[in-house]
Amino acid sequence: MSIVTCAFVIQRPPYKSETSTLGFTHAISWQVVEMLLEDGQNVIPTVCFTGEGVLNLIKDQKAMENYGVTSIESHGKNSLLVDLDMLVCKEDLDRFGIAEDRLLDAEDMGADKKLQIVPYAEIQKAMESCNHLLFF
Amino acid sequence: MGTLTIGCFASLVGSKSLDFTLKLADAAADKGHKVNIWLSGNATGLGKNHQKHLKDYSTGEKPALELLKKGVEICECEACALARGILKPDAIEGIQWNAMHWYLAKIHGSDRVLHIGGE
Repeated sequence: MSIVTCAFVIQRPPYKSETSTLGFTHAISWQVVEMLLEDGQNVIPTVCFTGEGVLNLIKDQKAMENYGVTSIESHGKNSLLVDLDMLVCKEDLDRFGIAEDRLLDAEDMGADKKLQIVPYAEIQKAMESCNHLLFF
Repeated sequence: MGTLTIGCFASLVGSKSLDFTLKLADAAADKGHKVNIWLSGNATGLGKNHQKHLKDYSTGEKPALELLKKGVEICECEACALARGILKPDAIEGIQWNAMHWYLAKIHGSDRVLHIGGE
């Protein structure tokens, strides 16, 4: 049994660049990583949102209408659907004046997981306890 | 000796991050470390063959071929490459094409991971 933990820290805003989208898609690819590993091995990501990265989680994004691309909201919902732990920095939400009811969820897709709004100290703990850190 | 995996998301032209990645990989390989490079986003431009080395721009084809000869594994995100019009016949021979789970699998076997995000 060999589990490697990774913290994906998304701190870039949505759509300005491809960066936050790639953070989501790389984390979601955890679902199939076992195909390339031995029995008992796995990589477990935790996705953390800090700074402008919290803006990726606002619901009712209109990316397809405006840009003709899949919305980052759908990546967020898919991340919850595949049971990724997603920690959102409470202080940064407060800084932007974003209330919890403005954030996405994936209940309509049948996901059990929800966004976890936590103080930055919790995100710091996640970063300190993981094997590898990846900033997006 | 250890295993180093570098993920690079920055473009070859317009940023020095990918240039740095190639130089770091070369130094690590020369010291006897196993090195893996994952290219995603704009970094997939590295995998395009027939790059012309204009002196004002970074070039990646020759350094990449030298790294491959030293046993460095280089892989690029197939979807990111195709979205940029880079097709398999245009790819540098020896650079692998795969999906993002390749990167995670290499991370699993690495002593150190250096993730160089996009611009």
